[in-house]
Amino acid sequence: MSIDAQVQKAAEKLDHHVADIIKWHFSPDTGSPFWLDWAKKQTWSPLDEISNFSDLCEKFPNFQDEWLRDLPNEVWVPKPYAGRPFNIFETGGTTGMPKQRIGWDDFRIDYTAFSETLDDEHFPRNHFWMMVGPTGPRRLRLAIEHLANDRGCSCYFVDLDPRWVKRLLANKQFDQARAYMDHVVEQALTILKHRSVSALFTTPKLLEALAERKDLVKAGIKGVFCGGTTMDKQYARFLVEEVCEGGKIGFVPTYGNTLMGLARHHPIGPENDFSIAYYAPQPRAVLRVINPSTNQNVPYDSWGRVELTTLTKEFFMPRFLERDEALRRKPWAEAPWDGVAEVRPFGAMEKNIVEGVY
Amino acid sequence: MSIPHIPCLRLGQPYRSFNESEVKDYRTGTAKATLSQVNAGIIRRDLMNIGKAREALLKFSTRELIEISAKAGELFLNTDLPLGGDGYLQSPQDYMETLSSTSGLPHVMVRRNMEKINYALTHVELILNGLTRGIDLSVLDDGFGEQSGSPVCFYPTTEALGLVMPSNSPAVNSLWLPSIALKIPIIMKPGREEPWTPYRLIQSFIAAGCPREAFGFYPTDHEGGGDILRLCGRALIFGDKSTTDLYAGNPGVQVHGPGFSKILIGEDEIENWPDFLDVMVSSISDNGGRSCVNASAVIVPKYAHEISEALGRRLGPVMPLPADDPNAILSGFANPKMGHWIDSTLETDLLEKGAVDATKPFRKGSRLVEAQGGTYLRPTIVHCDSMNHILANREFLCPYASVVEVPQAEMLSSIGPTLVVTAITKNEAFKKQLLGASNIERLNIGPISTMKISWDQPHEGNMFEFLYKRRSIGMAA
Repeated sequence: MSIDAQVQKAAEKLDHHVADIIKWHFSPDTGSPFWLDWAKKQTWSPLDEISNFSDLCEKFPNFQDEWLRDLPNEVWVPKPYAGRPFNIFETGGTTGMPKQRIGWDDFRIDYTAFSETLDDEHFPRNHFWMMVGPTGPRRLRLAIEHLANDRGCSCYFVDLDPRWVKRLLANKQFDQARAYMDHVVEQALTILKHRSVSALFTTPKLLEALAERKDLVKAGIKGVFCGGTTMDKQYARFLVEEVCEGGKIGFVPTYGNTLMGLARHHPIGPENDFSIAYYAPQPRAVLRVINPSTNQNVPYDSWGRVELTTLTKEFFMPRFLERDEALRRKPWAEAPWDGVAEVRPFGAMEKNIVEGVY
Repeated sequence: MSIPHIPCLRLGQPYRSFNESEVKDYRTGTAKATLSQVNAGIIRRDLMNIGKAREALLKFSTRELIEISAKAGELFLNTDLPLGGDGYLQSPQDYMETLSSTSGLPHVMVRRNMEKINYALTHVELILNGLTRGIDLSVLDDGFGEQSGSPVCFYPTTEALGLVMPSNSPAVNSLWLPSIALKIPIIMKPGREEPWTPYRLIQSFIAAGCPREAFGFYPTDHEGGGDILRLCGRALIFGDKSTTDLYAGNPGVQVHGPGFSKILIGEDEIENWPDFLDVMVSSISDNGGRSCVNASAVIVPKYAHEISEALGRRLGPVMPLPADDPNAILSGFANPKMGHWIDSTLETDLLEKGAVDATKPFRKGSRLVEAQGGTYLRPTIVHCDSMNHILANREFLCPYASVVEVPQAEMLSSIGPTLVVTAITKNEAFKKQLLGASNIERLNIGPISTMKISWDQPHEGNMFEFLYKRRSIGMAA
């Protein structure tokens, strides 16, 4: 099938999925209190007027993230889930009252699907993983463990509190931040010294720090699954060529968060100047790169603001403007829809963004 | 038209980054070259292999490295050298014009800086002799030997000299040059607007036969610069007082900040002050007034008003001239905001009672001028009524000096830490006090410009003592 045909097919699948999800969240039998109330206040009816993704983009305003901060979690429970205890997941490095997303099975569905994109050579089955990064109230912790389990593996964990790091860096307590990073790295090295681990999930900075203290290839690491911060082309190249020793360790960058799930990456190398493009797990989530003032996609290979729409039965979040900007990339045979590349904090070129060690 | 690309040098090997910055003509904004910018992790990884760089230097004797340095000095001054990896060759004239166009330094000053660097490289033996107080070169090769009948043994304090370089004055590169003959590789973050001089120097060394592994050249960000200072064991940084304060007390970091250099005239010579006007003018304004050895204060027991007026008369009318004018005195600001900041700071501080701008009546126009396509600050001489005035002990990146009346008996206690003092006196008691003063790094006695430095006497930190430590040694017969 040609790529155009694949794109067309994926778009049709998305449109059907949008129609199903709208029906689910805005029907009294299945919808959540929030969306049912919201619909009552509108002068238009989502049930009647949204039949595809294009309608959704045109009709829905941007999702307000304060809703996830200010409203009680119960308002997001779709009726069929009522009475089932839910997981409460929080977003990454924010301080103050965090944004919370509730969920039941989404993280398992998302990460089981993601597992199919990993190869057995670098992420061998029936072995051991280690996650070194933000655990705590984040979806990531359970998701990584599920991903490992899905591949027959068990997972060790070393925690990193990104909120504390952010505070240290904002207060210019760089020595403290370094000491905290050393503390995290030492715990990870202790595990690597005493236990056999073949796959790592960590952040780029922690991966660098680990590799500076230990030969990861000799330590038996075969694959690294990495996410959390900006990776420009140069940094991605450095991680692939030097930290992961030019492919001896498989390097899988990811883009994801509590609200979306996990976007997979297009393979990177000298052929594409190590420009990392991510593709959302469509149709369960859709990423657009847009000009927020026109609500239109920017041209391919141009910079725009990243906009996320999450479309699962557990959670509906239309047109949430991420705090990131990215290049819009063309569809790809394994993900025949738009990708987002070289993601960086919105306005990164104009100001210094505190990202630090995580 | 394509422009050269200056790569990072990873232990001498060119590395082109995907991240590039542009080095621009400060007047037109035209890019003169692109510069590879690397992430800090690259520097940290290369430092893990720095032993190889030192091993490469250890294959040479000190004598051989002195000869290589001398040859590099000649090449630097007179020869076309590679600029980046695309076959570009940079002639000495190209170097002078390009550096002038991105730094604001007039050609005549770049040329003077080139000659200074050439002198330093062709006189490394003299410099080492001064730094080591005459140790036989074989001691440096063998690590031990004898000096004046006593056994001596030295060991290196580091495997690399870290350098976080400034953009404002090419001659500061002369500070690290002895490191190569001392067999210590360099790991450098060049100034954002001045990659030209260190890159050309490195190419000169390599062309002269020095192992390329000895040179790490890493245009990088703040994190990278911080890691160079943190991980090299010994490092030099150049900066303002806030930088100086940040690393004060860190024995591994030698900070080169403001010099607060001064001219002191003793009571015995003050009646002859007009005879010393030329020394004062050159001390204040040579090299565009940008060096830490430029005088930023003239301290006198009397005639402060007359002296400030005479200096104002001489320096006030100085105007920016075209970059290629041999009489150019002023440098343009590569970053115009810096010029604006200095001008507004001076204006604000002059509002404080007790200071008069002695150049103003002779300037005929504003201090800050847009001329020759750039932003310039014309000289400023301020007559302050005491050392307590906010402008009495300041240093700016332009020809600036205060003139203050202080009784001779109080001069040394009032001047604070001072890099260079030129004391014009023949009074033996005052000379003795000056020789005993702990707040002066270099002392000139007599009418010698503060700008005159001696290569065989370090005036700001001793590179040999920074890079090597003496230890006691015993050897069985």
